[in-house]
Amino acid sequence: MVAVVPTSAAAQPASVMAQRRGRTGYLLLFPGMAWLAVFFAIPFVTLFLTSLQKPIPGKPGKYTSGLQFSNYADALVEYWPQFLRSFVYAGIATLLALVIAYPLAYFIAFRAGRWRGLMLVLVIAPSFASFLLRTYAWKTILADEGVITSTLNSLHLLPDGRILNTGIAVVAGLTYNFLPFMILPLYAALERVDPRLIEAAGDLYASPQTAFRKVTWPLSMPGVVAGTLLTFIPAAGDYINAELLGSTKDRMIGNVIQTNFIEFRDYPTASALSIVLMAAILVLVFTYIRRAGTEDLV
Amino acid sequence: MRWLRRNLIGIIAILVLVYLFIPIAVVIALSFNNPSGKFNTSWNEFSLDAWKNICGVPGVCSSFVTSIQIGLVSTLIATLLGSMIAFGLVRYRFRGRGTTNLLIFLPMATPEVVMGASLLALFLNLRFPLGMGTVMVAHIMFIISFVVVTVKARLQGMDPRLEEAARDLYASPRATFRYVTFPLVLPGIIGAALLGFSLSFDDFIISFFNAGTLVTFPIFIWGAAQRGIPVQVNALATLVFVVALLIVLGAQFVGNRRRKALEAPVPEPILVDRLSRS
Repeated sequence: MVAVVPTSAAAQPASVMAQRRGRTGYLLLFPGMAWLAVFFAIPFVTLFLTSLQKPIPGKPGKYTSGLQFSNYADALVEYWPQFLRSFVYAGIATLLALVIAYPLAYFIAFRAGRWRGLMLVLVIAPSFASFLLRTYAWKTILADEGVITSTLNSLHLLPDGRILNTGIAVVAGLTYNFLPFMILPLYAALERVDPRLIEAAGDLYASPQTAFRKVTWPLSMPGVVAGTLLTFIPAAGDYINAELLGSTKDRMIGNVIQTNFIEFRDYPTASALSIVLMAAILVLVFTYIRRAGTEDLV
Repeated sequence: MRWLRRNLIGIIAILVLVYLFIPIAVVIALSFNNPSGKFNTSWNEFSLDAWKNICGVPGVCSSFVTSIQIGLVSTLIATLLGSMIAFGLVRYRFRGRGTTNLLIFLPMATPEVVMGASLLALFLNLRFPLGMGTVMVAHIMFIISFVVVTVKARLQGMDPRLEEAARDLYASPRATFRYVTFPLVLPGIIGAALLGFSLSFDDFIISFFNAGTLVTFPIFIWGAAQRGIPVQVNALATLVFVVALLIVLGAQFVGNRRRKALEAPVPEPILVDRLSRS
């Protein structure tokens, strides 16, 4: 949510304001940061320790502390297809979201005029209806006898003859659900682009396509990177879309973590998978930080 | 053809907005449905039964109330803690800024399933009983970061000259905060609280991991999905959607009017009056 709150380019006088020293700053930070340390950072330590636990023989569902690193190998050998599928589905959904979101973000930033505020409200408004119900609604929209499926079927475009309970439905659901996370950072980045730069490109005989490729697109890169991260991360960890819209063949790593943790009570396997997922995502995040620095994160 | 080319981007933008609302239309339409079987997924006939008897199915309204309670308490605490952090970050110099920024950012970049699992691992290891308390703890944790981002943006967007002017007019630091800084930041804090409440109210994954036997509204929907979601759920979700939309549109309207008022060249005498009195 790097840029959910659009900050206008002109309004950045923070550096002008003198930052005070002293104890008050620490006192303001302490309660909230302590909460994050205790309930966000420390749980990762327990998660890691849990991922190394070994089962107590003869007592299914009970584990004792250990250094069972083989849990990781076992989990990955068993569940690598779901891991791969999560990254593929999330990757496709992120690309689709970028393609769908960019024209809208561009329009709101440069052409919407006095409708800008209203359009931004309309972008976030769908989030006010329950995530689960919105996902469930795609069951109706993509139903086998529905308009979309029968149209695509008459064109012989669907390999399975249906959309629901296939990977296509899961990717469609992921694309839809995380679209606002792509639109808002893209908008925030495009809003900071000075339209005179694009005009200048035109004055220098650049075609609209060239102006977009050489000016607008590179300047919107911070939004593209932020939006891509903010769409990919929740999509890769999601299991609601796979559960409601897919079949058992389309299960993602989130489904595996959830069932192992809550239903099978195989805590070490679920923890090991969570740690691997988090590690993969941290690699992505740190690549981003190396480009942008931590100050741009929050 | 030329018209089409010039307005192509606008047409695509409107189509994308329509796309965003297709599932909402389905949710609302199905709240007026009388489903033929137990699954409310296809249109059968118009009916107002669910709206007339909105609590008619056991568990619907109690889970709804539970979610509102959790949302209110979590939002209140998270907004307070997060706003304090935002003030600290913008106004004070301190050591460990990089680590602090990272610890605020990471909860927003962590998949919910990982956060849910890691908190559950902590609670299980501590043998801490799961229920409303653990869900609130979890919600406060993940809302704080969003509050920090929202309030921080508002603070950074503020014109520092307004506070300087207050000081020049001999306002004490406390009066400056009370009459200048706080009223200017308040819209950001309210926005953060609304965002926090909507995140908490709609959260399923983290709640599901840490709820034990507690049933929130999303957990109720998840359980019902297997055997057919009652029409009342659609009616309640429609209600929430409409109320939230009205709040945000109202805020938008007030914001526009205030902006217009601020653009007027006459200075606000009330502000000066208050400052000189304090």
